[in-house]
Amino acid sequence: MDNSAKNKKLYQEMVKKASPNSHIIKDCVKAFVIGGIICCIGQFITNYLKELGLTQNDTGIYTSSVLIFLASLLTGLGLYGKLGKFAGAGSIVPITGFSNSVTSPAIEFKKEGFITGLGAKIFIVAGPVILYGVLTSVVVGIIYYFIK
Amino acid sequence: MDYLYAFLVGGGICVIGQILIDKTKLTSARILVLFVVLGCILGGLGIYQPLVNFAGAGATVPLPGFGNTLAKGVIEEVDRCGLLGVLTGGLKASAAGITSAIVFAFLAALIFNPKEK
Repeated sequence: MDNSAKNKKLYQEMVKKASPNSHIIKDCVKAFVIGGIICCIGQFITNYLKELGLTQNDTGIYTSSVLIFLASLLTGLGLYGKLGKFAGAGSIVPITGFSNSVTSPAIEFKKEGFITGLGAKIFIVAGPVILYGVLTSVVVGIIYYFIK
Repeated sequence: MDYLYAFLVGGGICVIGQILIDKTKLTSARILVLFVVLGCILGGLGIYQPLVNFAGAGATVPLPGFGNTLAKGVIEEVDRCGLLGVLTGGLKASAAGITSAIVFAFLAALIFNPKEK
């Protein structure tokens, strides 16, 4: 009896220790698996296009475009949002997440009109990504120009 | 074998994003910006390309790969046409990605309506 009470206490302490982190570990496993699968789909498209005889550079561009198309379609069907709830960063970090972040507001704000709604809000999430990405690339370009 | 590397590296990059979301309360928009900027810097330093050679789509599909594309584009254009390349390289390399995102998003908005919440 004494022993089992002790064990119970010990167990509760273990639960206490583990629980704040356990949801992070669970989230990470989901993100890892879904993110990994999306990248494998990308790899499959890449391999297929390479067999068709496309150059390395073109293959990359086509792969991105196909993934962006698929994510747009799934977003329109309301499936990408469901995936996002499950996968967290696993669906946000791949290029499909970028596509989702463009398509989702486009559909959402259509009701506010095509210019001030869809047109203005389509880059509400992706805009900062493009802005800071391009700014960084300009800085990289300037540094490279002067040190090369 | 390339599928295994793509899975491990691609999944790994997503885990980094997940840890940032859980631990720092950064919103997903900030994570996206952070990853693209980071990818661009690593690309500029020439560190990201070896990862692409190793993991293929595992490194190009996640958003740091988009940043790397920007950096690679700007470096190629600077090599080709000098200072002007600073202004043209980044968007030129990422043009297909951005344009297809716009086109498919617009088409999706024409076809689909917002889901009831």
